[in-house]
Amino acid sequence: MSSLSSSSVAGRDIVALEGVTKRFPGIVANDSVDLSIRPGEVHVLLGENGAGKSTLIGMLSGLQQPDEGRILVDGKPTPITSPRHALALGIGTVFQHMMLVPTLTVAENLLLGGPWWQRPRTEELAARVAEITSTLGITVKLHAKVSELSLGEQQQVEILRAMVRNSRLLILDESTSMLTPKGIDELGALMRRLVEQGLAIVFITHKLKEAAAFGDRISVLKLGRKVGEIPPERFRALGEQEIVSEIVELMFGKQKDDPEAVERPVRTARAGTAPLLQVADLTVAPTDNAPGLSSISFDIRPGEILGIAGIDGNGQKQLAEALAGQRAATSGSVRLDGAAIETLSVGDRRRRGLRYLTDDRLGEGTVGTFPVSINFFLKQVGAAPFWRNGVEQRAEIDKRAAQLVREYDVRTPSLKTPVARLSGGNIQKVLLARELAEGAKVVIFNKPTYGLDLANTLASRQRIRDTAARGLAVLLISTDLEELLGMCDRIAVIANGALVGTVENADDARTKVGRLMIGLAA
Amino acid sequence: MSIDTAPTVSATALDATSGTVTRRDILHRMLMTLGPILAALVIAGCILLAVGVDPLAYYGFVLEKGLFSPLGIQQTLTRMAPLLFLAAGLIVAFRAGMWNLGGDGQFLLGAVTAAASAPVFVQIMPAWLALFCSFLIAMVVAMIWSLVPALLRAYQGVNEIITTLMMTFLGTSLANVLVKLAFRDPNTTVPQTRTLPVEDRLPRLFETTITSGLLLGLAAILIVHLVMTRTAFGLKLRIVGANPRAAVHSGLGVPGLTVAVFAISAGLAGLAGAVDIIGVQGNVRADWNPAYGLAVIPAVFLARMNGFAAIGFVFLLSVLSIGGESAARRLGVPNHFTLVLVSIVLIVLALAEYFDHRYNQSRRA
Repeated sequence: MSSLSSSSVAGRDIVALEGVTKRFPGIVANDSVDLSIRPGEVHVLLGENGAGKSTLIGMLSGLQQPDEGRILVDGKPTPITSPRHALALGIGTVFQHMMLVPTLTVAENLLLGGPWWQRPRTEELAARVAEITSTLGITVKLHAKVSELSLGEQQQVEILRAMVRNSRLLILDESTSMLTPKGIDELGALMRRLVEQGLAIVFITHKLKEAAAFGDRISVLKLGRKVGEIPPERFRALGEQEIVSEIVELMFGKQKDDPEAVERPVRTARAGTAPLLQVADLTVAPTDNAPGLSSISFDIRPGEILGIAGIDGNGQKQLAEALAGQRAATSGSVRLDGAAIETLSVGDRRRRGLRYLTDDRLGEGTVGTFPVSINFFLKQVGAAPFWRNGVEQRAEIDKRAAQLVREYDVRTPSLKTPVARLSGGNIQKVLLARELAEGAKVVIFNKPTYGLDLANTLASRQRIRDTAARGLAVLLISTDLEELLGMCDRIAVIANGALVGTVENADDARTKVGRLMIGLAA
Repeated sequence: MSIDTAPTVSATALDATSGTVTRRDILHRMLMTLGPILAALVIAGCILLAVGVDPLAYYGFVLEKGLFSPLGIQQTLTRMAPLLFLAAGLIVAFRAGMWNLGGDGQFLLGAVTAAASAPVFVQIMPAWLALFCSFLIAMVVAMIWSLVPALLRAYQGVNEIITTLMMTFLGTSLANVLVKLAFRDPNTTVPQTRTLPVEDRLPRLFETTITSGLLLGLAAILIVHLVMTRTAFGLKLRIVGANPRAAVHSGLGVPGLTVAVFAISAGLAGLAGAVDIIGVQGNVRADWNPAYGLAVIPAVFLARMNGFAAIGFVFLLSVLSIGGESAARRLGVPNHFTLVLVSIVLIVLALAEYFDHRYNQSRRA
């Protein structure tokens, strides 16, 4: 969208973003994003985790301020200084996680935030709610406790709260992530009725089907940049399938100026060798906040890189943890070099040569306050020669740590520096050194380049290629399709905790994987 | 709690080899510790003024009785013995990120079992073996008492602060009941256990009244310090404390380590009870509860769970409690003013820490 066209229609926009940029230390969360939000439209913001959706919402709801660019409200440049200010401007936000007080009733929740010196105006509220709910065709039990409501009902209360405060623009942040399929359909219908009343809605999701089903206009974000938009005219002209395929093209398509693009070296097939890692029917029960795994099976041969593609949160982490032994599997078998390891502990699996490079570098990969040197040996505490009879051998530890620092080019002020002080790229090098050092046979990389800058991304990818070239079996989990296409021999696609298909990484792999990711047959 | 001990540990452990930077760090740390203590003394002095007591006279009495009089200093050093054991137990637990606040229950149960067993054992076996067995029993009983919170935390994730505090109420009551019903000395009217004869208690040091339990306490805290900083087992516990998820990721058996931490911590608390009985008191009266366990917690925090620093702060606490008891009697200040003083020190230290952190952050930015 050019600046010319946006200024010519600015009169119709409730809120417009012009060249908005937001930086955080080390990353650009939003890179000159233009967005126009109009009454009577559901504007879908689509993008994967880390694409910059949340930051954009943060700026619209007054939680954060843009570093560059401006926000126009009703055509006038208006800095949104606080959430209270955003509400006063008519911008209401329903956040991903419920923001209601569970022990209070619906009415009490709706009255929160009123002037403290006044008695709550309960009758007034009841009348106002009746008026709103009757036009929207929903029923809300004002005197029920919030904790007794279903998640879908709670969400209706949150939307109602925004309406009671006279919002003109309603932002729904990942609102479908906690809902049942029926709840999602109801939310879609509710959004339709709201926009028919002249409201503007920004609907954030990473589910393509919802975007196509509920949207009027779609903007696609990728790595902080807006990579494309489907305006309402085109939206109406296209069928649902065509919209989905266009979005897939926008989200996963190759950019011409992508500096990360590398030609995948053609490797000789090693079809003859026996697989190093064999996983059969691995099943994990779902928990309250994580999907399970259903009957996952795959093999990886020595020197092979198997990619796991899929939208984030479809069971990738659970798969990695179940393989590493951190998460209990309900059934299935895992064989490393022919020997069953599914009953072994985390430590025993590691000793057999299974290595898991976690994506949560500071959360579980390292102990942030401990020195770099100790973090190299976190998984070997007590092992010779670094500990003898249980007593720490500081000289041995420092000697080996210095060696690893050189070998893996870790930029650290000293070996004693707490590892959390290092940059993300250097922490990743510490983890790479720890997992790839002697004895590794099978390595699981979970999002190995997530959040790294370009130089470190390329360095990490080279490490992974070298790992496979040494004859190790590599499982590469990533949400970056380019990365998988550039490195893997085969790519399996995970969706809802199941592998929905595996593709040889040949010329048509991009399309095939893209189709699998959105639930179509390859 | 955001007190990170690991960097401090490595800094102090390496000070011999590094130069001026570390020396400045140590100077800075001394200043950051002693400055707030002085400030706290001034604030507490103001409170004393407000209630009409001359603060200089109060502090004078505290120092005279707790530190400078020969009898006082001997009492102070004797008081340190159980406190050092308790501090050692807390260091293990706090460094592993487990808040064992049940020290008093574990202490009293250890004390009662030691008081009940020692007079019996000395009649049937050599004195050294009898005392050793009493120590052992006290330790084991306290360990068993910690099993409930330990298992709940290890396998159900139940918050140990709540469970250990609840167990301490049960523990003090149980100790009371044991004294009155099971181990009561039939020859006295006051409900108390049989008294261990003075000649069978732990020997006194040289020609003084200081108990040799002091040496045991010092040994306990030094061993704990070395285990926590220099061994694989200590490192495992510190990993669990600093980042439990990293511990799981690294393949450590977190539930097993949790139970071990509680057992060690409670065992040391039980030994603290035993050392106080076998070394000093000789018996347990039914209503006896010195609440050392809670009093030691601030000292361990002030020491940042460092063993050497803990010895210093435990000494300070002993001076305060021995001197404070005497000063309170003479000036009419409530006995608990010692606790007020300690808590003011703790608050001022926390504030100093906070502002120091803010200052460092702004300088770095």
